[in-house]
Amino acid sequence: MSHRKKALNGDIIRQALKESVLKLDPRVMFRNPIMFVVEIGFVITLFLSFAPNAFGGNTPAWFNITVAIILLITLLFANFAEALAEGRGKAQADSLKHSKKDIVAYKESGGTLREVPSSELRRGDIVQIEAGQWVPGDGEVVEGLASVDESAITGESAPVIKEAGGDFSSVTGGTKVLSDWIKVRITSDPGESFLDRMISLVEGAKRQKTPNEIALNTVLTCLTIIFLIVVVTLPFFGNYLDVTLEVPVLIALLVCLIPTTIGGLLSAIGIAGMDRVTQFNVIAMSGKAVEAAGDINTIILDKTGTITYGNRMASEFISVGGTNDSAVAEWAVVSSLKDETPEGRSVLELAKKMGLRDNQSLAADGEWIEFRAETRMSGINLTDGRKVRKGSVDAIKKWVVEQGGAIPNDLDVKSDKVASAGGTPLAVAVDERLLGIIYLKDTVKPGMKERFEQMRQMGIKTIMCTGDNPLTAQTIAREAGVDDFIAESKPEDKIAVIKREQAAGKLVAMTGDGTNDAPALAQADVGIAMNSGTTAAKEAANMVDLDSDPSKIIEVVAIGKQLLMTRGALTTFSISNDVAKYFAIIPAMFMAAIPQMEALNVMRLDSPMSAILSALIFNAIIIPLLIPLAMKGIAYKPTSSAKLLQRNLLVYGLGGVIIPFAGIKLIDLMVQIWV
Amino acid sequence: MIAWISIGITLLLVVLLARPTGMYVYSAFSAEGTKLDRFFGPIERVIYRLSGIRPENQTWKTYAAAVVISNGLMMLLVYTVFRTQAYLPLNPSGIANMEPRLAFNTAVSFMANTNLQHYSGESGLSYLSQMIAIVFMMFASPATLLGVVMAFMRALSGKPMGNFFVDLTRSITRIFLPIAIVSALIFVALGVPQTLESTTVAQTLQGEEQSIARGPMASFLAIKELGNNGGGFMGVNSAHPFENPGAISNLLQMILMLLVTTSLPFVYGKMVGNPKQGRVLFVSMAMLFIVMLGTSLTAENAGNPALNALGVDQQQGSMEGKETRFGVTQTALYSVVTTASETGAVNGMHDSLTPIGGMVPLVNMMLNTVFGGVGAGFMNVLLYALVAVFLSGLMVGRTPEFLGKKLEGKEMMLIALTLLIHPILILVPSAIAVFAYPETISNPGFHGLTQVMYEFTSSAANNGSGFEGLGDNTPFWNISTGLVMYFGRYLSVITLLAVGGSLAAKKAVPETIGTFRTDSALFGVVFLGTVLIVGALTFFPSLVLGPIAEQLTLKP
Repeated sequence: MSHRKKALNGDIIRQALKESVLKLDPRVMFRNPIMFVVEIGFVITLFLSFAPNAFGGNTPAWFNITVAIILLITLLFANFAEALAEGRGKAQADSLKHSKKDIVAYKESGGTLREVPSSELRRGDIVQIEAGQWVPGDGEVVEGLASVDESAITGESAPVIKEAGGDFSSVTGGTKVLSDWIKVRITSDPGESFLDRMISLVEGAKRQKTPNEIALNTVLTCLTIIFLIVVVTLPFFGNYLDVTLEVPVLIALLVCLIPTTIGGLLSAIGIAGMDRVTQFNVIAMSGKAVEAAGDINTIILDKTGTITYGNRMASEFISVGGTNDSAVAEWAVVSSLKDETPEGRSVLELAKKMGLRDNQSLAADGEWIEFRAETRMSGINLTDGRKVRKGSVDAIKKWVVEQGGAIPNDLDVKSDKVASAGGTPLAVAVDERLLGIIYLKDTVKPGMKERFEQMRQMGIKTIMCTGDNPLTAQTIAREAGVDDFIAESKPEDKIAVIKREQAAGKLVAMTGDGTNDAPALAQADVGIAMNSGTTAAKEAANMVDLDSDPSKIIEVVAIGKQLLMTRGALTTFSISNDVAKYFAIIPAMFMAAIPQMEALNVMRLDSPMSAILSALIFNAIIIPLLIPLAMKGIAYKPTSSAKLLQRNLLVYGLGGVIIPFAGIKLIDLMVQIWV
Repeated sequence: MIAWISIGITLLLVVLLARPTGMYVYSAFSAEGTKLDRFFGPIERVIYRLSGIRPENQTWKTYAAAVVISNGLMMLLVYTVFRTQAYLPLNPSGIANMEPRLAFNTAVSFMANTNLQHYSGESGLSYLSQMIAIVFMMFASPATLLGVVMAFMRALSGKPMGNFFVDLTRSITRIFLPIAIVSALIFVALGVPQTLESTTVAQTLQGEEQSIARGPMASFLAIKELGNNGGGFMGVNSAHPFENPGAISNLLQMILMLLVTTSLPFVYGKMVGNPKQGRVLFVSMAMLFIVMLGTSLTAENAGNPALNALGVDQQQGSMEGKETRFGVTQTALYSVVTTASETGAVNGMHDSLTPIGGMVPLVNMMLNTVFGGVGAGFMNVLLYALVAVFLSGLMVGRTPEFLGKKLEGKEMMLIALTLLIHPILILVPSAIAVFAYPETISNPGFHGLTQVMYEFTSSAANNGSGFEGLGDNTPFWNISTGLVMYFGRYLSVITLLAVGGSLAAKKAVPETIGTFRTDSALFGVVFLGTVLIVGALTFFPSLVLGPIAEQLTLKP
């Protein structure tokens, strides 16, 4: 994924500089009321630079020009922040677009293959893709099997196997078939493909404002209007007192008071937030989904593959009812000869380690019985009529009874023992005889326990879903430290849990990949589909993880929180700055008429003009100084809300009050050399 | 020393009474049956039957409409009484009809709990106007807002909003009437007149004749303070020896002013099922109050710096415009209490306070959150709490939640609109006044500006105390302050009830450790920061030009 983590190179910066000038267009500026006010101020002071006495003012032309220039720079800084964030997104989008261009598709029509450009493909078209060719669009494999290089999308260089049916049937446009061939049914019209959506999202052009952004914008606009009223009424009061207030000074006061810092950085924060998600190789379908991730109360995680490695390995054969262990092993092998699941293969491996020869001939022409979620067992019907079954203890017990057999007395004790040790017992039976148990062991991924502890500190409840029996589930749950678990869960159980949590007002996140996860993914407030998963799952989810790492949901939550926190912290900082700016500008404004105002000049700024210019310069340069913070997001460590607030209040609230006092004083020391 | 002890006793009594009063108010408005129903129920049922009230729950829209329309009709009624009082009975002193613009101003003023008096009580109103029109509104007006704040709190806590007419009735029957009757009797015992006889004529020691105004003052006084009305029976309000005979009546008046409004945080805590929620807000407001009081006492005790420079003995502090029976301490305390509670009663001349001592009442009214008037003040407190929740919610990385309800675009739009009301209503008319009507301002310079701002701030915050010194019985002042009082009262009632309605319709989010808690000291800090930065910074430039400039230029 490193190739997409483009650093800020010269191109992006040059482009952003150009953009920041273009964005001065009032029609563009109008969308950001705060900066639009600054622009109007700029126009007025610019006018006053050439006609200093137009409104009967006494400020010298050079002062008006300086104010105008600082305002222009403020605008450019704000535009630059936005353009920079957009530029980084565009750079990502461009590299994506690159992989999209000019793909030739071989469309099936009337039994023959016709060469068409990928842009003419419609939903439902069938295309054939051979080794070395690019996949022309998103779709589902309907025939064939091929290895596909998805590195253009995921950054993962190892090829992936795609085949018809099952959970590995979806392909993405812009990826490359490396070997063999596949037939794909296209599932999206041009412009709506996964890649297209990804491009438009990272470009930020069609970015929709998220609910929290809209709410914050409302508050900031309100503050702008309040300060506008404050400044507009001030000359009337001044006039009554025979205190002349100069227009450029009033504009300077207004610009300093309205929240330009957050106003200039707000859209950059939003774009950069989306960008961070993308850099993390997760594609969010909307900014809203990322924000919702920050609000999550409950996360539903599959045990297998997320919490544990999932490849439950056979570690022991245990006999029951008086048979011996090697008989169990022998029949376990027979039942697993055609079993392609990791569990099945681990049985063969264990047998090999134990020195057993495998009885290939016995199973040779047997009829293979596929594992199904309903039956919860698999096995083989041998040509000699014997039926061999392997599966969950309950299922096999039921099956054996159906076959007319009896259940050995020591079965429950032994299987419970396995289960309570965190293992999974698989029972093996031949016809009516239940021979014994295969002890499958599962291991929790390192670091999961710590992560769940972090989640708990963030107030997020974790629920583990597993097909295991309750005892096994409990052991793993305890080992991993999840808050709750659902054992023997079926896909519909997940929806039930999500609905139950949502009914209590909670926001629920989950990950999934299979088609049968799709309804639950759609029901969840934040659904993350694995890129390796089916199209149905991806369509239902509002995020797709390109690395197909289900535990990434935890980082997505952190990114969502960080996005909101960055906005909140910079807003608080911006508003707190007003205290110092007041103490710089207010005494300066009135000092000429009321010399005693010097008492309020707590910063001991050199002269009224230097005070006003210093406050204005501080107001301008704080924007580029905060761009890195806006892009990176403020530091976030999972902890309780009280501690977070305490820290952020101290840094951005109290800091927001103190820093400008120091900053303005410092600037004044330099400005006074000229003024 | 005695002065400090008297402040301590006053504040201690206020704090001790706040919680029990809160518990009483809570049960008085409780939808579930309480013991109080047995006593008040029959009376109220008669009222409901006579007035055709069906005690059903209302939506925020019907509740708000009920408030605005019923209060509108009351204003119309009272306006008519003022305009025709010469023809109506109970007019022994033969007082003439009121001029239409003054009648409009006065009707709005009393309905909006402001009691800005551009008329002079003794000579402008007949006894009928005083008793029927004025006293009626002095009950109806605080009862209206007490009902509204109950509805708002119910909505925030996820309960049905209730019925305005039931709330209005209960406010009067269970809260204001009983407490007013008891305290009126105490005032009579303390020497406040209560009579329907006309002005009496006395022979002074110098042998001259003096006409002494009197009337049903004790009953008037009780609801004036309890309902945060503040309008004086006498023109000089509680500085008059009849309207405030001495230290004990002064103490009782301050307690009455703060009684209901300080109890509301506790009602709120009980309502939302977490007493700490209310306690945090109470303590935060109390801290603001202490800062205000400290500033005022310091300024008043220091005296006028210009006089100090002349070598005038100001051992007692700045005594200009103060009654000797109250002194600097009791007058300063009274001025802080009356503006913190948005009552507007005065026991001294606010115009004569030192610049900083006069700024304190002004800031109290600008913030309108240092307890504030019955209902309206606490609505404002909750408004700032919502803003504080919004900012801190973002800072902990979650969509802001208040009491489990998410604050989203719609609520923030309404909250933002509400925040705009106060600055607009104060600054815009003040600018118009100093620009277009400078001749109505008696003082030139900084003090004149303060007078103007004080008048509009007092109107917008529905306080009603005046800096006076303005030629305010003119068409401009009557109409402008009338409109400011009206909008200051009803706009935020509508927007905040809408916020309540919108939040009530949302599903509650369960609280987790990741939720930002609003019942902690930390929230108190954020709340105070929000009030000071969002609320006070707005007015900083105008304060600098008014009282601060005046203080600075007083320096020798």
